[in-house]
Amino acid sequence: MRVRARHPLRACRAANIAVLVLALVWFIPTLGLLVSSFRERDQILASGWWQAPLAAERTFRVRADAGAAVTEGGRHVIAGNVFANDADAAMPGRVKAFGVSSRAPAAFGTGLRADLVGGGSLSVGADGHYRLESPRAFGESAPTIYVRATMPPRFSLDNYRRVLADDVMVRPFVNTLAVTIPATVLPTVIAAFAAYALAWMEFRGRGFLIAASAGLLVVPLQLAFVPLLKLHQGLGIGQGLVGIWLAHTGFGLPLAVYLLHRAMAGVPRDIIDCARMDGASEVQIFSRIVLPLTYPALAGCATLQFVWVWNDLLVAKVFLPPADGVRVMTVAITDDLLGSHGGDWGMLAAAAFISMALPLLVFFILQRCLLRGLLSKAPEWR
Amino acid sequence: MADLRLAGIGKSFGAVEILKNINLHIEAGELFVLVGPSGCGKSTLLRMIAGLEQITAGTLEIDGVRMNEVPPARRGIAMVFQSYALYPHMSVRQNMGFALRMAGQGRAEIDAAVTRTAHALQLGSCLDRLPAALSGGQRQRVAIGRAILRDPWVYLFDEPLSNLDAALRVATRIEIAKLKQAMPDRTMIYVTHDQVEAMTLADRIAVLGCKGIAQVGAPLTLYRKPRSEFVARFIGSPAMNLLAGEIVQTGEVTMLRLARGGGSIAALVPTCPGDKGRRVTVGIRPEHMYPTESATHALAARVELVEVLGEVTQLHFAPCRPGGQTVIARLPGIHAGLHGRTLRIAAAPENLHLFAEGRSLLYR
Amino acid sequence: MPPLVMALMSILIGVTGCVGYVYFSNLVLDRVIFPASGQTCARNIGRANLVRPWLFLFPALAGSMLYLVFPFAGAFWRSLFDREGDAFIGFANYRALGADHVFQGALANSLLWVLVVPAAATCLGLIAARLTDRLRWANLARAAIFMPVTMSLVGAALIWKFVYANDADIGLLNAIRATLGAAGPLDVLQIPVWNSFFLMAVLIWTQTGFAMVILSAALRAIPREIIEAAIMDGADATQIFLRIEVPQIKGTITVVWTLVTILVLKVFDLVYAMTGGNFGTQVLPGFMMGVMFRDDGRASAVAMVLMILVLPILAWNIGQARKGGD
Ligand SMILES: Nc1ncnc2c1ncn2[C@@H]1O[C@H](COP(=O)(O)OP(=O)(O)OP(=O)(O)O)[C@@H](O)[C@H]1O
Ligand SMILES: [Mg+2]
Repeated sequence: MRVRARHPLRACRAANIAVLVLALVWFIPTLGLLVSSFRERDQILASGWWQAPLAAERTFRVRADAGAAVTEGGRHVIAGNVFANDADAAMPGRVKAFGVSSRAPAAFGTGLRADLVGGGSLSVGADGHYRLESPRAFGESAPTIYVRATMPPRFSLDNYRRVLADDVMVRPFVNTLAVTIPATVLPTVIAAFAAYALAWMEFRGRGFLIAASAGLLVVPLQLAFVPLLKLHQGLGIGQGLVGIWLAHTGFGLPLAVYLLHRAMAGVPRDIIDCARMDGASEVQIFSRIVLPLTYPALAGCATLQFVWVWNDLLVAKVFLPPADGVRVMTVAITDDLLGSHGGDWGMLAAAAFISMALPLLVFFILQRCLLRGLLSKAPEWR
Repeated sequence: MADLRLAGIGKSFGAVEILKNINLHIEAGELFVLVGPSGCGKSTLLRMIAGLEQITAGTLEIDGVRMNEVPPARRGIAMVFQSYALYPHMSVRQNMGFALRMAGQGRAEIDAAVTRTAHALQLGSCLDRLPAALSGGQRQRVAIGRAILRDPWVYLFDEPLSNLDAALRVATRIEIAKLKQAMPDRTMIYVTHDQVEAMTLADRIAVLGCKGIAQVGAPLTLYRKPRSEFVARFIGSPAMNLLAGEIVQTGEVTMLRLARGGGSIAALVPTCPGDKGRRVTVGIRPEHMYPTESATHALAARVELVEVLGEVTQLHFAPCRPGGQTVIARLPGIHAGLHGRTLRIAAAPENLHLFAEGRSLLYR
Repeated sequence: MPPLVMALMSILIGVTGCVGYVYFSNLVLDRVIFPASGQTCARNIGRANLVRPWLFLFPALAGSMLYLVFPFAGAFWRSLFDREGDAFIGFANYRALGADHVFQGALANSLLWVLVVPAAATCLGLIAARLTDRLRWANLARAAIFMPVTMSLVGAALIWKFVYANDADIGLLNAIRATLGAAGPLDVLQIPVWNSFFLMAVLIWTQTGFAMVILSAALRAIPREIIEAAIMDGADATQIFLRIEVPQIKGTITVVWTLVTILVLKVFDLVYAMTGGNFGTQVLPGFMMGVMFRDDGRASAVAMVLMILVLPILAWNIGQARKGGD
C-alpha cells in the first residue's frame, strides 16, 4: 500500500488550477471595461478590447484633400498622408495595401500604382504618404483612398478627461458623497445605541425586538416607497437630500442593529458585570467599554452601509428629484450616459471606474474591520 | 465592618427555580467559602449578593441595610471574576483605576493609589501593558488589585484560581490568605471547587446542594460531622466510602454489620433501642481505614489497584459483586506488593458515620 | 448651500443630536425624574432602569417604525385603493395583477432570482474561500474575485454589456463563439428564460467576492485543533470541509445568505441597465418601478406580493435570532 505522505490540507494542483480559472473568469470582464475606458469610441466599435494591446489591422478610407491640389508640369497633383488626422498623426501605422474602390479596398500593395477610373493614378507608400496624379483638375470631390494598415496599440486618457471636464461626473460624484456620508453615519450611530440595549439591558420584550430586527432585515424596501414619499411630502421634505438621508437611515437600521447586536452580545458578560460593579453607568459602559471593544464591527457595519448607499440606484431614483442638480452617480450613469450618450462606451467605462474608486479604497482600508465585524464569533478576548 | 444576612433568598429564571430559601449570616471579617457541585447556583448566589442578578425572593442585608434594590456599585462590594474580566482595551493602570475614575476621584490621586497597589502586588513593571500582554498569574493579580483599590467592605471571589496552573494556584492561594490576614475586618465570600482551597482558607464553609444549603460550619466540623451523605461525600478527597449496613445493637456505641460481610463493628454514634435492625449507610473516610488481622474487621476484600503516592498509598478494593461500589483505603507510607491480596480492613469507632435516608444519625 | 456642506452639517446635527439625546435623557432620568438619593433611592434606581432601555432604543425604534413598519401597513392600505387613491376597490388591484401577464413573468423571475442568486453566490464564495485558503497567491486571487463587490450594479451591468454584446467585435462571449466557429453573433439577452440566468450571473459575479471574503475569515477562525483532530481521525480534505468546517460556520453562512437575499430584492438596477426589463427579464422591483408614479395602488400591491415572497426567509431569520439570541 502506498502511503500518502502529503498533508491532506496542502493545496493540490487541481485547487491551484481551479482558483486560477475562477480568478480569471472574475477578473476578465472588469479588465475589459478597464481597457475600454482607455480606448476611443471608434476603436471600441472596431475591435474587441482584447485586441487593444496588439497592433490592429484596420481598413479605413480617407478623402484626399482637394484643397491641397497643385499643378506640377501640367498634371494636377495631391500629395498627403493617410494618417494625417489628429488621432493618427502622433502614432502612425503602416500601410499594407490600398485601393481605389470600396469593392476592392486592398487591391494594391504599397509602392504600386493604381489607375483611377477617370484617368490618373494613385500611389501610397508604407509610411502613409500618398500621391494622386490626374491630367484633369480634381474639382470639389477628390477621390477616396481606401487603405488597409496595421495600427499600433493606442491608449488615451481622453475618456477620463471628457467625463471629468464635461461636469458629467464631477457634480454627481459630489452629490453621491453628500448622500452617502450622512446616510452611513446616522444609521450606524442610532443602531449602536439600540444594539447595546438589546444586548446588555434587561427589559420586557427584548427577545421580541431582537427577532423583529432580524425579521425587518428582509422586508423589501420597495414596500416603503409610496407611503414614504407621501409622508415626506406631507412633512414638507419632499424629494431631496434630507429625504434620502432619512430613507437610507431608516432602511439601513435593521441590518446595522442586527450586525452590531451580534458583535456587542459577543463581549464577555463578566466584563460588563465588572464595569457595573465598578460603578459605571449604562451610558459609560456603552461609551467606554462596549464601543471600544466593538469598534471593528462598527467600522464594518459602516463600510457595508457606505458601499450599499454609494451604489444604490433604487432609493436614489425614488427619493431624489429627477432634476439635474442633485443627481447621484448611479443615476447619472444610467440615465445620462446610457441614454443620451448611448453607445459612447469609452466614456461610460471611464465613468464606471470613477464611481468604483472610492468604495474600493474604503473597502481595502477597512477590510480587516469589516471581516471581524461580520464574523459570527467574537474575536479572542483577554 | 460589614456582615451579610441572607434571609429566605431564592432565585428563579422564569419558571426554573435555581435556589430556594437560602438563610445565611456571614459575620463581619469572616472568610466564608461556598462549595457545591457544578451548576448548583454558587455563581448565581454570588452575583445576587453583588447586585448583578435580581433577587427574586427573600432579602439581603449588608450591615443591617436592605440591599435588594441597591445597584452593584453602591453596595460596597468588589468582585474578582473567574475569567478576571479585565477590560481588554485598557492598560493595567487604566484597568485598576477604572472604578476610582467612575467614582470621580482626581487623576493624581488615582495614579498614586494604583502605583502603590501595583507595587504591593509586584505589578509595577507592567502598569502600561495591555491585559493581552500579561501572564495568567499577572492577570489574576491585576484582577485582585482592582478589587483592593476600591477598598470595599466585602470581597467576592468566584473561583478565582481555577484558570491557573497547579503551582501558581498554590502560590496565589497563599497570597489570598495573607491578604485576608492583612485586613481582618473585611468580609470575603469565596466560591471554589477545590477541596484544599476550601479547607485551608475558610473560617466557615457552606455546602450548597440542590437548591439549598446542605450544611454550614467550620471546615473541621464539616469534615468530622457531616450532616448528610451529600456533605460527607463532598468534603474530603478521595470521597468517603459509603457502605450499606444494618444496626445490630444500639446504645451509646452502636454495633453494625455490613451488608457485604465481615465482622460486626462499633461506631461511636448513639442510637435508641428502636433503631435495632434498621438499615443504614455506613461512611468511612479512606484515610481512617487501616489493615488489621483481628476478627472484628469491617470488611475483607481483594486489592484491585495500588496507587503509591509517596507519603500515602491508596488501595482500591474490588466490589463484592460486579458493578458494585469500590472501596478506597488510604494508608500512610509506602505499601507496594499488595496487589491481588485479600486484606481485612478496620476503622476506629469514632471515625464511623451513620446515615439513614441520607441524613446523619448524629443530628437527630 | 452646496450639498457637501449640507451633508457635513447634517452629520454634525444628526450625530450630536443622537448622542446628546441619549446622554441628556439619561441624565434627566437619573437626576431629575428618578433621583438616586434620599428615601426612595433604591426604588428610583429600579424604576430608572425600567425606563432606560427605551431611551437607548427610541431613535432606532422610531426610525424603523416610521420607515419600515408604518410603510408596511401604509402600503397594504394603499393597495386597496385605486390609481388616485380616493376610491376603495378592495382586492381589485391584486386581481388585476393576477391577470397581468407581465406581472406573472416578473413574479416568476423574482422567485427564480431569490432562489438562485443567494445560493449560487454563497456556494461559490464558500468554494472560493476554501480553495484560496492555503494558496500562496491567495491574496491576488481574492482581490480579483472581490473587486466586483465594490461596484454599483449599474457599473457591473456596463461591464457585462462588454461581455454579452451582440457583436463579435465588442462582446467577448460572441468573440469566443466566433473563434469556436459558430455562425453569426447571438444576443444572449434575448433568448427567452436563459436571458434571466445571464442576468443572474452578473449579480452572482458581484456577490461571490463578498461571500468569499467573509466566509474565508470565518474558516480561518475555526480552531486549528479541531481540524487537526479530524486529520488524526483520517478525514480527507473534502470530508473535513463538508463535515467539520461548514457546520462550524453555519452562522456566518446564514448571515451571508441573508445579506445577498436583501440585495437580490433590490435588484431593479441591474435589469434596468441591462435589458430595461424587456425580453421577459422583468423582475418585481422593476415592474413596480414601472407602475409607480402612474398607479400607486397597483405599485403597493406589487410591494405586498414581494413581501409575501420573502416571508419564508423572514420566518427563518426570526427563528435563527430566537435560537441564537436568548
Ligand atoms: N441567565 C440564566 N438563565 C437561565 N438559567 C441560568 C442563567 N444563569 C444561570 N442559569 C442556571 O443556573 C444554574 C446555576 O448556575 P451557576 O452558574 O450559578 O452554577 P455554579 O454553581 O456557579 O456552577 P459552576 O461551578 O460550574 O460555576 C445552572 O443550571 C445554570 O444553567
Ligand atoms: Mg460558577
